[in-house]
Amino acid sequence: MRVVIAEDSVLLQAGLTRLLTDGGFEVVDAVGDAEALLRAVAQHRPDVAVVDVRMPPTHTDEGVRAALIIGRQYPEVAVLVLSQYVEERYATDLLSERTSAVGYLLKDRVAHVADFLDALRRVAAGGTALDPEVVAQLLVRRRTDPLDRLTPRELQVLQLMAEGRSNNGITEALHVSPSAVEKYVSNIFAKLDLAPTDTDHRRVLAVLKFLGT
Amino acid sequence: MARDWRPTVHALAGLAAGALAGVTFGGLLLCWLAAIWSLVSGPVGARELTVFYVLVALAGTVLLLWWVQGLATLQRARFRAVLGVEIAAPPARAAGSWLLRPLRAWRAPATWRQLGYHLLAMTGGIAGGLLVAACWAAPLLAAAHLAGLFGDRRLEVGLGLAVLSAGLLLAAPWVARAVARADEAAGRALLGPSREEELALRVESLARSRAEIVAATDAERRRIERDLHDGTQRRLVSLAMHLGMARERLTDAPEPVRQIIEQAHDEATEALAELRQLVRGLHPAVLDDRGLDAALSGIAANAPLPVRLRVDVATRCAPAVEAVAYFVVSETLTNVVKHAGASRAEVAVERSGDRLRVVVADDGHGGATLDPDGGLRGLAQRAAAVDGTLTLDSPPGGPTVITVELPCGS
Repeated sequence: MRVVIAEDSVLLQAGLTRLLTDGGFEVVDAVGDAEALLRAVAQHRPDVAVVDVRMPPTHTDEGVRAALIIGRQYPEVAVLVLSQYVEERYATDLLSERTSAVGYLLKDRVAHVADFLDALRRVAAGGTALDPEVVAQLLVRRRTDPLDRLTPRELQVLQLMAEGRSNNGITEALHVSPSAVEKYVSNIFAKLDLAPTDTDHRRVLAVLKFLGT
Repeated sequence: MARDWRPTVHALAGLAAGALAGVTFGGLLLCWLAAIWSLVSGPVGARELTVFYVLVALAGTVLLLWWVQGLATLQRARFRAVLGVEIAAPPARAAGSWLLRPLRAWRAPATWRQLGYHLLAMTGGIAGGLLVAACWAAPLLAAAHLAGLFGDRRLEVGLGLAVLSAGLLLAAPWVARAVARADEAAGRALLGPSREEELALRVESLARSRAEIVAATDAERRRIERDLHDGTQRRLVSLAMHLGMARERLTDAPEPVRQIIEQAHDEATEALAELRQLVRGLHPAVLDDRGLDAALSGIAANAPLPVRLRVDVATRCAPAVEAVAYFVVSETLTNVVKHAGASRAEVAVERSGDRLRVVVADDGHGGATLDPDGGLRGLAQRAAAVDGTLTLDSPPGGPTVITVELPCGS
């Protein structure tokens, strides 16, 4: 799979390039700011762009804004946004533009190589990957109470769903049987009055919409 | 020795300045009288003269304000140059259009006090100056009498005059000093800012310097956050990433080596998480970018106890105020975790009018105090630095409610 990296630290740019190359990705370009990123995406049409949030010139949310532009102009290019801190506001922005082929993770996650590469592949394949921290922040903001009706276990499952995990992924993470996970998921949908669907990203969309409103 | 001449020079200069004030103000008064007189009882001389009187009287009145202020500046310069007495100019009220400004100035007490000083200079100042001059000139008088310039050569009068003039000459420095001192008292009272204006000036400068300190502290926090983000955090990410890669690859390494790498990797990721918490408490970039509402969910979500967050801020406050509010929530939640023994907390931030209200409540055991060395005292000080208040309600047994009210500042 072909990747473009946007990261203004030369150190991390080199590290990420090595990590992704070793992981079987082809890094077609590595750039240091948002404008160069948009040019590189236009030129290379990669499968996925890995984008740092804080880049020159203002070092605030350049990466998020560039990701939104990529989402509008090149919907076929998946975007994984990385950041030293994750903010639910940026996540909501990202998800307002697209709910598939998008990811938003703490930069720390690159240290867990296998998980990180999994997340990147998931995003590149049209799925989603939201950092658990973002999901936690979204949960803090809930204004409606139906979530209180969920059991702690169901809340855990909901969180994993929001991170973009499939039922299999949840089964592995919680060490429970697949049928148990299916039961939790249908319970959650029932309690939240959501119609169950079979695609992962639509589940995330449903969950986030619920959390966000 | 030269110092002793100062009061004399000051009094004589005061005589000149008083004369200048007398001539100009007297001249203006005369012009008014002449104008009124020639309007009421017909022109005294040529018709053009009436027009001249009226024009000068009107123009003089319009220019009077600047003359009052200019003359006051001159008098302050006299105090500074001769006596070395520094009298600050009263605060200028620059507000309003150019048309309204002179009218406003006439409503300011400072203008009338300055005019009062000029009237005093025309009378007392001239009299004092003449007295000092007379004291120093007394021997000339006696000498003139002895030389027969007055046509009276009686010895007893001459002797009397000599004694008197000697006395006056001896008294001259004292008289000059007394005149200067009286003038200085009048100048300080009338030419400078009043006590009230002085305090207002002082408050203004204190408020400005305090705002500068708050802004500087703020900038410092931002700088540290930025430095850590651009430096240490990146290096740690890189380190953890490489250790992670080693951990993945070295599956066939001997067990002890693997253990060491695994431990190093775990510690690097933990250090990264700890540093992230610390740095985010300093000043998150999202606060500048998206405001308080967006920034607070990060701390609420990272707290190790359930926190409910409600933010209702339609229009953003000044950056320094947002930073204080953010810091208050961050520190209070840290305190709650450390000391309150609470099972949950609630954070509510709302703006009503020009006030930003931050309420942090927990269901812990209460009994929190504003000890001088406690963390809450520091929060109260930070709130006070932007003219805010902190109130604490924490009865033994709980719950604890901390309310911080801040003026929005924009």
